[in-house]
Amino acid sequence: MAIERVGSKVIKFYVPLAAYLIFLLFPFYWMVNTVFKSDSELYNLDLNPFYIHSPTLHNIVRLFTETIFLRWMANTFFVAIMATLISLVTSLLAAYAIQRLQFKTSGPTGVAIFLGYLVPQTILFIPLAHIVFKLKLWDSLWALILTYPTFLIPFCTWLLMGYFKSIPKEMEECAMIDGASRIKIFRRIILPLCLPGVLSAGIFCFTLSWNEYLYALAFISSTAKKTVPIGLVTELVRGDVYHWGALMAGALCASVPVALVYSFFVEHYVAGMTGALKE
Amino acid sequence: MAEVRLENVCKHFDEVVAVDDFNLSIQDKEFVVLVGPSGCGKTTTLRMIAGLESITSGDVYIGNRLINKLPAKDRNIAMVFQNYALYPHMTVFDNMAFSLEMRKTSKDEIKQRVQEAAEILDIQALLLRRPKQLSGGQRQRVALGRAIVRKPEVFLFDEPLSNLDAKLRAQTRLELKKLHERLATTAVYVTHDQIEAMTMGDRIVVMHDGFIQQVGSPLELYDRPANKFVAGFIGSPAMNLFEAELNKTGDRVSLRAGDFTLELPPEKAKHFQDYTEQKVIVGIRPEDFKQAAEHSPGKTIPATVEVVEPLGNETYVNVAAGNVTLTAAVGRRTVIKPHSSLNLAPIFENMHLFDIRSEKSILCN
Repeated sequence: MAIERVGSKVIKFYVPLAAYLIFLLFPFYWMVNTVFKSDSELYNLDLNPFYIHSPTLHNIVRLFTETIFLRWMANTFFVAIMATLISLVTSLLAAYAIQRLQFKTSGPTGVAIFLGYLVPQTILFIPLAHIVFKLKLWDSLWALILTYPTFLIPFCTWLLMGYFKSIPKEMEECAMIDGASRIKIFRRIILPLCLPGVLSAGIFCFTLSWNEYLYALAFISSTAKKTVPIGLVTELVRGDVYHWGALMAGALCASVPVALVYSFFVEHYVAGMTGALKE
Repeated sequence: MAEVRLENVCKHFDEVVAVDDFNLSIQDKEFVVLVGPSGCGKTTTLRMIAGLESITSGDVYIGNRLINKLPAKDRNIAMVFQNYALYPHMTVFDNMAFSLEMRKTSKDEIKQRVQEAAEILDIQALLLRRPKQLSGGQRQRVALGRAIVRKPEVFLFDEPLSNLDAKLRAQTRLELKKLHERLATTAVYVTHDQIEAMTMGDRIVVMHDGFIQQVGSPLELYDRPANKFVAGFIGSPAMNLFEAELNKTGDRVSLRAGDFTLELPPEKAKHFQDYTEQKVIVGIRPEDFKQAAEHSPGKTIPATVEVVEPLGNETYVNVAAGNVTLTAAVGRRTVIKPHSSLNLAPIFENMHLFDIRSEKSILCN
C-alpha cells in the first residue's frame, strides 16, 4: 500500500518535475559545457558532445581580453538600475493614485496605462527612435534608461495596483484620523506593507532591462556604450563566424547577476506576484 | 466638553441618498448608539462625523466648532474600526504610539501614555507583539488602546464587536461600557445588533433608509416604538406584527384578524376612535402573551403550536392562528408539544397599534 503510494507520487510528481527541470536547465548546461571547451574539441564531431574532455579557460580569457566585456557589464548595470528606479517610483505613485485617490478618470487611466503595455516593442521603437533623436540622446545610455520604462511602468503599475487593493482602506483612514498626511501614510503604512510587491516589481524591471535587446540594438551604435546582449552578438559574431566559446562565456557571466538577484528575493517575489498581504 | 451636533445633515452618493435630514444633538459624555439594518446610513453618518466622508449638506459641530471642512486629523476624535485596522508591520506599542508620534508628542510622554492605556486594557504583556500574533479579542483591545491613548474628545466606534464570537462579544460589551464610564468621553457607536444597542447606549438612534426613525433611551424605544419599523427592529425575538380590522359595535371596540377577534378594553379603545372600520397593524411582544387554560372569545387567541424553542431561561413557541403566525414566550419550563392547541391571552396594556399607511404608532401620535 505504502509502496504503491510512493510509486504513484514518483510517477505523478517527480518524473514530470524532472522532465521539466531537464528541459529548463539543458541550455545552461550546454552553455557551461561550451565555455570550457577549446575550439578544436568543440568542432570535433567524433567526441561525445555532452562531456568536456580537456577543460580550458581560454574562452573566458578571450572574452575579457579581446572585448570590453566589463564595460558592457557596467553599462548594463547602470541602465538596468536607473530604468528600474525610474519605473518603480513612477509606478508606485501612479498605482497608489489610481487605486486610492479615486479621481473621476482613475479607471480609464488604469486601462490606458495597460493598453500602452499591449503595443509591441517592434512597433514602438520606430516613433521612439524619432523622439530619442530629437532629444539628442542617440547613442547614449540615457536613450535606453528613458525608453525602457515605456514597457516597465505599465506592468509594474498593474502589479502594484493589485497589491494596494489588498491593503484594507480602513488602515489608511485610521492613520488619517491619527494625524498622518497622505505622504506620511504612503511612507509609513503603505510602502512597508507592499514591500514584497515593490520587490517583485523591481526584480521584474531589473531582469527585463538587463536582457533587453531591441531598443539597445536600435539606439546604440558605438562599441563602448553597448549593453551585454548587444555587445556579445555584434562583437563576437563576425560575418558568418560565430565565436561560440566566448559568446557562451559572455552569456554565462551575464546571467550570474540575474540569478543572484532572483535567489535572494525569490520568496518575496512569489508573495508579491500572488498579491498576498498577511496580516 | 464635547457635545456633537448634527443639523440637517444629508449625504448623497451621486443619485443615491444615503443619509437624509439627520438631526441629532449628542450630550457631552453621552454614549449614543446608531442602529439599523445594513445600508441604513449609520456608518455613513459616523464617517461624516469622523471626516472620512464629505457632507453633502447640513452642519456638524463638535463642541462649538463647525467641522464640516475640517480634516479628520484636526477633529480630535478617535475611531475604532470593524476590522480593527491595526498596522500589521508595527508592534502593539508602535500601533498605539503612532497617533502620538504624528502629533510630535515627546518620547517619554508617548511611553507613559501607552503604558497607561495598556494598563487600563490589561494588554501590557502584548506591547512587543505584532497584530498577527494576537487573538481576535486581543486585537480588539489594541484597537481600543490605540483610540484611548490620544485622549480624544469623541470616540467613534464602527461595529467594533462584530468580528468577535458571541461569548467574547458579550464580555467586551460590558468592558466597553465600564471603559466609557471610566473615561467619561462622548461616544458614538454604530452597530446593526439591537442587543448591543440596548445594552450599551444611553440613547439609541434607530435608522432606516437614511432616515432617523426614532431617538430615545433603550426602554423608551422598547416600550413606545414610534413606528412599525422600530417595533419590529428593537426586541428579540421580534414583536409580532399582523394586520387587523378595527370594528366598533356599540361601545365595544374590537380587532378582527383571521380567525380571531380581540376586544379592546375601554381605556385603550378611546385612542382609536378615528380608526374604526379601518385596517391597522397590531404589535404584541412575545412576552406580552399569557397562556390561558381555555378559549375565551374576545380575550384570547386560539392557536396551534408549530415549533417549540426551549432556551432554558425561556421557552418560545411559534403558533399559527388562522393565517397569522405568532411567537410567544411561555414560562421557562412549560411543556408544550408541537401540533397541540394553545390559548394565548395578550396583555392589552402593552399592545401597540400602527397606522397601516404611515406605519406610525397610533398611540404616539
